[in-house]
Amino acid sequence: MELDVVVLSRIQFALTIMFHYLFPPMSIGLGLILVITEGLYLKTGKRLYEEMARFWTRIFAVNFAVGVATGIVMEFEFGTNWSTYARFVGDVFGSALAAEGVFAFFLESGFLAVLVFGWDRVSARMHFFATCMVALGATFSATWIVVANSWQQTPAGFHIVGSGSTARAEITDFWAMVFNPSSMHRLGHVILGGYILAGFCVMSVSAFYILRSRHPEFARKSFAIGLAVATLASLVQLLSGDQQAKMVGKYQPAKLAAFEGHFKSENHGTELYLFGMPDAAEQRVKYGIAIPDMLSVLLYEDPNRPVRALDTFPERDRPPAGMPFQAYHIMIGLGTFNIALTLYACYLYWRKSLFDKVWLMRIFGLAVLSPYLANETGWVAAETGRQPWTVYGLLRTADSVSKSVPAAQVLASIIMFGVIYALLFAVWVFVLNSKIVHGPDVSEDPPAETTATGLIEAVAFYATPHAHTLTRKSS
Amino acid sequence: MNLNVLWLGILGVLLTGYAILDGFDLGVGIIHLAARNDNERRIFLNSIGPLWDGNEVWLVTFGGALFAAFPDVYATVFSSFYLPFMMLLFALILRAVSIEFRGKVTHANWAHFWDFGFFFASTLATLLFGVAIGNAMGGLPVDAGKEFTGSFLDLVRPYPLVVGVLAVAMFAMHGSIYLYLKTEGELQQHIHGWMWRTFGVFLALYMLTTILTLVNYPAATRNFERAPWVWIVVLLNVLAIANIPRAIYHNKPLYAFISSSATIAALLFLFGVALFPNMVVSTLNPAWNLTIYNAAASQKTLGIMRWIAFCGMPFVLAYTGTIYWVFRGKVELGKFSY
Repeated sequence: MELDVVVLSRIQFALTIMFHYLFPPMSIGLGLILVITEGLYLKTGKRLYEEMARFWTRIFAVNFAVGVATGIVMEFEFGTNWSTYARFVGDVFGSALAAEGVFAFFLESGFLAVLVFGWDRVSARMHFFATCMVALGATFSATWIVVANSWQQTPAGFHIVGSGSTARAEITDFWAMVFNPSSMHRLGHVILGGYILAGFCVMSVSAFYILRSRHPEFARKSFAIGLAVATLASLVQLLSGDQQAKMVGKYQPAKLAAFEGHFKSENHGTELYLFGMPDAAEQRVKYGIAIPDMLSVLLYEDPNRPVRALDTFPERDRPPAGMPFQAYHIMIGLGTFNIALTLYACYLYWRKSLFDKVWLMRIFGLAVLSPYLANETGWVAAETGRQPWTVYGLLRTADSVSKSVPAAQVLASIIMFGVIYALLFAVWVFVLNSKIVHGPDVSEDPPAETTATGLIEAVAFYATPHAHTLTRKSS
Repeated sequence: MNLNVLWLGILGVLLTGYAILDGFDLGVGIIHLAARNDNERRIFLNSIGPLWDGNEVWLVTFGGALFAAFPDVYATVFSSFYLPFMMLLFALILRAVSIEFRGKVTHANWAHFWDFGFFFASTLATLLFGVAIGNAMGGLPVDAGKEFTGSFLDLVRPYPLVVGVLAVAMFAMHGSIYLYLKTEGELQQHIHGWMWRTFGVFLALYMLTTILTLVNYPAATRNFERAPWVWIVVLLNVLAIANIPRAIYHNKPLYAFISSSATIAALLFLFGVALFPNMVVSTLNPAWNLTIYNAAASQKTLGIMRWIAFCGMPFVLAYTGTIYWVFRGKVELGKFSY
């Protein structure tokens, strides 16, 4: 098989961005958790909140370090692998990236030092200020990069200068570029995705302690904070998702049609598939279940208005049929699961029986995987749904790669990233595991029978439920 | 002021800031294995612990600003240096991982592995920066379409490699002076020897590189005739280098550190002057050079970003100053150390 630079560069970008994206949403969300816990500590002066702030800062720092290390890669790849794209978008995209560096990165990384190393060097108020700045920096950096990506989805505020291979987009209106039709919708969606993830992360770790009867007060309070954040964010995310789907339908109709597996034009309302297998060859969704007219209702609040189908676009302008559909549906399924799970947990919390439900605590122990996967699949849907374009309607993906880079070199770099990321991932899990096992620095001792070694054993624990004594409370 | 020149200047400030700040923490990595035991290695790491991440942001911002202000230069340089830059990414990731994870488990082999990783990654990254600068000095085979037409082997010629080794020696010296400032007692005396050794190597390589540059690239001094004041920078550069041993001898390490910082700044400035107004010299045809005019973003974008930079840079300097103030003084190993 002949190696294709476009395919290889796409694989490389997918690998590196998906790996990177394990970390930024957690930084955004845990930033909020840190502000809440440390704010509570400053307000109440309770030691418990201080322990919480310190413990979650350690988790945050590990996450942030890997996020920074993997983030530089993307900035390089725009130039190394996608230099034709870089020439085309530089005038527009570059200014957002520069703003991100100047406003966000310095803020985050500077104050992170105070956050992690400064407990004994600065006052509690100054430390809280640093925490707020780090949280703000994480949100800022999301802002600029989402603006840049949204411009690729729904370009605005620019004109094209030159033609053919020397054509490029130049800014005509900076604010129209920043507030392009999709940027604020998508920014909200990304930030909420971070809040949900961090809320679930806090609940997962707390559930692990609750199951092991370790740090009960710490675990319950943390769980409650995580639950509040995750529930609120999951509910608001539903509204954000609805707004986004309407926006995509309006500005990127081919992408929406691919999300929904809507192949053929009809003169009546369009059905909504709950699941299925889109088949581009047969131009239909196989093995699917659909609600008639529902897509029309969701998009237009009119059951009879047809939604634009894929067959109204020339074949060469259509996104692939399978991946956007599946990624989009997995994201929505997980989002629904998150809402159901958090609402049920809220009900039990109100009934004061939440922490006695061992089976539910077990689900929560692993539930963090759901928002992780939802964040990833959401981006897969967004990026594959934009195909065959890197800049929607303006620059094709196939025309975006570097002309001077041979395929063999790209293959070599994919192997290199595969190796170093596998190492990085293993070490990250290992260190996170040891942080979680070590737990917060609370005065109480763990029960003698606990032999927990953390995440890895926790997974084994779930695999063999009968082999373990449960928490003292529930047994 | 001409926006294109202004942006070249801002990029120069960002690159110089990066080289001076990350220069010392890369340098600490280069001489990391000179530490004699676990305690000393932890002191080495913790001397840069709270700072290296913020220092690396200067590189990220430099890259972003280059992308924004001179998209064609960014595209041409990054795609030309495909393999070296992939190796650079490897080094930067390995380095971050080594620093962060060394202290997370208490076991001798674990620590040794990451110690070596930290040393290797710091040295490789510095070498690659130097090789990139050396190649920029000599020019690249760039065609009329601003595309690189050479191969990887075109990038690993003797001159760029010498510049790469010079960079390693310079950062090793810069880093050891920094360590001298941050340590005390017997360890400080040990580092004292390393300051002299690295300075000696740096001086020899500096003279070799200067001769090679003047012989191979006589055009490098072309701009000096148009702007004779550049000779002042050359003079300051020589004085700064001469002041390093003087300051070490008189036991004034802060002056030595300022002098080595000034040396780095002057060398990068002279590098910029040697190329000006080119950013990438084409070895195929001078008409195909990428200059600060034909490779720049639109005047509107440069104008917008000027305001972003003017609004943002005071904050950046304020944070940087605050962080260095908070973490001033000698290294002490504590509960939150690596």
